[in-house]
Amino acid sequence: MAHEGIGARVLRKEDRRFIMGQGNYSDDIPVKNAAHAVFVRSPYAHARISRIDTSQALAAPGVIGVLTGTDLAQDKVGGLICGWMIHSKDGSPMKAVPYPPLARDVARFVGNAVAVVVAETKNQARDAAELVEVEYEELPAVVDPAKAQVAGAPQIHPEALNNTIYQWALGDKTAVDQAFAGAVHVVDLDLVNNRLVPNAIEPRSATAIYEGAEGRFTLYTTSQNPHVARLVLSAFVGIAPEHKLRVVAPDVGGGFGSKIFIYPEETVCLWAAKRLGVPVKWTADRTESFLTDAHGRDHVTHAEMAFAADHRIIGLRVKTIANLGAYMSTFSSSVPTYLYATLLSGQYDIPAIHAEVDAVYTNTAPVDAYRGAGRPEATYVLERLMEIAARRFKIDPAELRRKNFIRNFPHQTPVIMNYDTGDYEATLAAALAASRYAEFPARRKEAQARGKLRGIGLSCYIEACGIAPSQAVGSLGAGVGLWESAEVRVNPAGTIEVLTGSHSHGQGHETTFCQLVAERFGVPIDQVSVVHGDTDKVQFGMGTYGSRSGAVGMSAIVKALDRVEAKAKRIAAHLMEASEADIELKGGEFTVVGTDRKMAFANVALAAYTAHNLPADTEAGLKETAFYDPQNFTFPAGTYICEVEVDPKTGEVEIVQFTAADDFGVVVNPMIVEGQVHGGLAQGIGQALLEGCVYDAESGQLLTATYMDYVMPRASDLVSFGVSATATPCKTNPLGMKGCGEAGAIGSPPAVVNAITDALGVERLDMPATPQRVWQAYRSHQMQAAE
Amino acid sequence: MAEVNVKVNGRAVSKQVEDRMLLVEFLRETLGLTGTHVGCDTGQCGACVVHLNGRAIKACIMMAAQASGSEITTIEGLAKGDALHPVQAAFREHHALQCGFCTPGMIMTAVDLLNRIPHPDEATIRKNLDGNFCRCTGYHNIVKAIAAAAAQKRLVEAAE
Repeated sequence: MAHEGIGARVLRKEDRRFIMGQGNYSDDIPVKNAAHAVFVRSPYAHARISRIDTSQALAAPGVIGVLTGTDLAQDKVGGLICGWMIHSKDGSPMKAVPYPPLARDVARFVGNAVAVVVAETKNQARDAAELVEVEYEELPAVVDPAKAQVAGAPQIHPEALNNTIYQWALGDKTAVDQAFAGAVHVVDLDLVNNRLVPNAIEPRSATAIYEGAEGRFTLYTTSQNPHVARLVLSAFVGIAPEHKLRVVAPDVGGGFGSKIFIYPEETVCLWAAKRLGVPVKWTADRTESFLTDAHGRDHVTHAEMAFAADHRIIGLRVKTIANLGAYMSTFSSSVPTYLYATLLSGQYDIPAIHAEVDAVYTNTAPVDAYRGAGRPEATYVLERLMEIAARRFKIDPAELRRKNFIRNFPHQTPVIMNYDTGDYEATLAAALAASRYAEFPARRKEAQARGKLRGIGLSCYIEACGIAPSQAVGSLGAGVGLWESAEVRVNPAGTIEVLTGSHSHGQGHETTFCQLVAERFGVPIDQVSVVHGDTDKVQFGMGTYGSRSGAVGMSAIVKALDRVEAKAKRIAAHLMEASEADIELKGGEFTVVGTDRKMAFANVALAAYTAHNLPADTEAGLKETAFYDPQNFTFPAGTYICEVEVDPKTGEVEIVQFTAADDFGVVVNPMIVEGQVHGGLAQGIGQALLEGCVYDAESGQLLTATYMDYVMPRASDLVSFGVSATATPCKTNPLGMKGCGEAGAIGSPPAVVNAITDALGVERLDMPATPQRVWQAYRSHQMQAAE
Repeated sequence: MAEVNVKVNGRAVSKQVEDRMLLVEFLRETLGLTGTHVGCDTGQCGACVVHLNGRAIKACIMMAAQASGSEITTIEGLAKGDALHPVQAAFREHHALQCGFCTPGMIMTAVDLLNRIPHPDEATIRKNLDGNFCRCTGYHNIVKAIAAAAAQKRLVEAAE
């Protein structure tokens, strides 16, 4: 049998159904007599709702019901919540306002749902939605986070003075002030981390079924964490007790964070299914996705870095305004705080760091975690500063980084994190070699001869994955624990089912989780299957985000496998009349060490279930569960090097080479891990070059609400990537895994911008670096040089 | 109402549908062929690509009635029983899919591409994927898979 365990490039088990068109996504699920929901949404960014007249819509063909926020309030359906409490510097709690699934008095962003029409067919619901008359009194709107706190700005929630949700800080301000007072060099930077729309290609979808006799709800939905959805919908929104609410997230077509959160639409579908007595289905169209999926990033930052005479970093000061949109989404508050400022030490030994973050409400869609969540923003701040500093000091950017690397582990940063292990020199060296960094000047010269400006940019990122001990995150304000659960069921004939609280929406768990079982028990992966995404099947789980499924989810499986193995060995020892300590499990067989006695795995499983001859005090069956709570975050890190060519006549940027060297610790399936890096890189390069979510500053209209306006990375925008890996195994989990899902999106934006600014010879350039922006930056630089 | 007479994956189908029904709705909702996906409803993302009379088209921007009289192949009709089409096999072999949502449209586009241009270079492959978005793979392995399928096709042709 070919090696299928840890480290094997096993082809994916789930692929066959996807390539044959037999995937089972939420919108594919046939539900008998399902009615269709279409939402009536605010066309204004900020408006008082003075009247809603549903009479014409109700009379339209096929319409079953038209419901508004008033109906929702009558039925005492609660608002959506933000599950992470952040306290301001002055100790006051964040100004969280419940997010009503249907706005009643005021609409606060374009796309805010104000009513829902449920009809027999989707077209009937669409037609009737146009007959709902809503009278709005338009109010002034603010969309720019930098303008939200300014005196006289439109006020979005009475609870949040100056639209300020919290004013939070981390680190030792006095130590940082002292460092700057003694600095020989200070490098500063103003930057915008551009707002992005996640754009999973599968739009969000919800189908809700209510069975009156049992009082039971079922929700098929596009979720990265169905148990968390059930918890919030049950305990906070009050839809139904948990045991009466089944949430199923079948095949999910990409998430990137946007499907972590609990949204108004699934809430309304559940409520409407009961109220109207029909199953209710809703699937977003693409413009609805743009308008209502939680967006990402949207920071405005001023950062300063202090250096000693020998170019060692002695201090970092960061001030960020983070836009959280019109309402606080499920985990929004944690993103610009504990997922951002805690990573501001990067790969560097920085003795003093102080970060201040103001989170603000604006008249835009809610903003929450998007691939990387806070860590791309932190990396962008640091890696732009490092590159600018190196250029000002006229030293090699690689050398400046090398000089400041953390080299002794464990390393306690001044911003909470304790790095267990890493080798930043190794990933830097690997990337420099693979990119033929030393020969870059010759390539630049050659490009110059062709009239192109060639530039090179580095980025040395770190991220924190596998978010983290429950007790620790609890003390920082998290409303949930961040463990994972697993159940390993060995069936009587020896096949194995792994039930996990992780959720796969492209990550390949159906393959990698089986590889872990193959590694441990020596059974072929075809004998193992993975069950996930159904609250009726899996005991509980925290879902998939923050690159946690390997480091946390698989660690839980390890614990359950340990227990299964221990019990199976006890049974095998009994049956083979040997001592338990002499039993070995290898290659799918239990052997008695030093003898030729052996039993196939399946025979021991069968013996456990026939229970005819078990050791004393041993229960029948072979099934174990486990909950794993990590001891620490994991810290993947790496170096990315981007090389671009800019056409000075048009400002067009071409990525000509992209090199990634990552340290993810132990890797289960290199093929899948490389695929994760490729995808992350495309999203990061997309942010740097193409993607930008734009709201009109005056009207608050979303100007990028279709694929004609929001530029998604296409195949022709990208190159084939050079990807390689080094490994320092994580020391705080049993498999030594660190996580790989977000690295590409975290590390790549500064590499791209550093390459473009290198090509142009400029310092400041905001993302997305569109041809217009690049051309303007180059032209103004040329004109300044000429003066 | 409009009458739609089509051959879908080799099977003749005749249905009365609403005039405004889109081809993709006809395939997914009337015929239950949910392998064809809807990612954007405006003709950009390519999740809905099927073959109409042997050429790739976007089923979200065509009326079902317009397709009447045509032969349609969807992702469900590409494999011959259990035997995968070489492009399907190459997608699996080269890990050209993650969440799988764009995959059916991507494969249908790739098959059409190789029908039109049997020996594309990387730039040609990338250019021809402009109408298909993938948010998971960064296209790296999709490009590799299509190149591999083309190379395999060359080998088969050389052997014949």
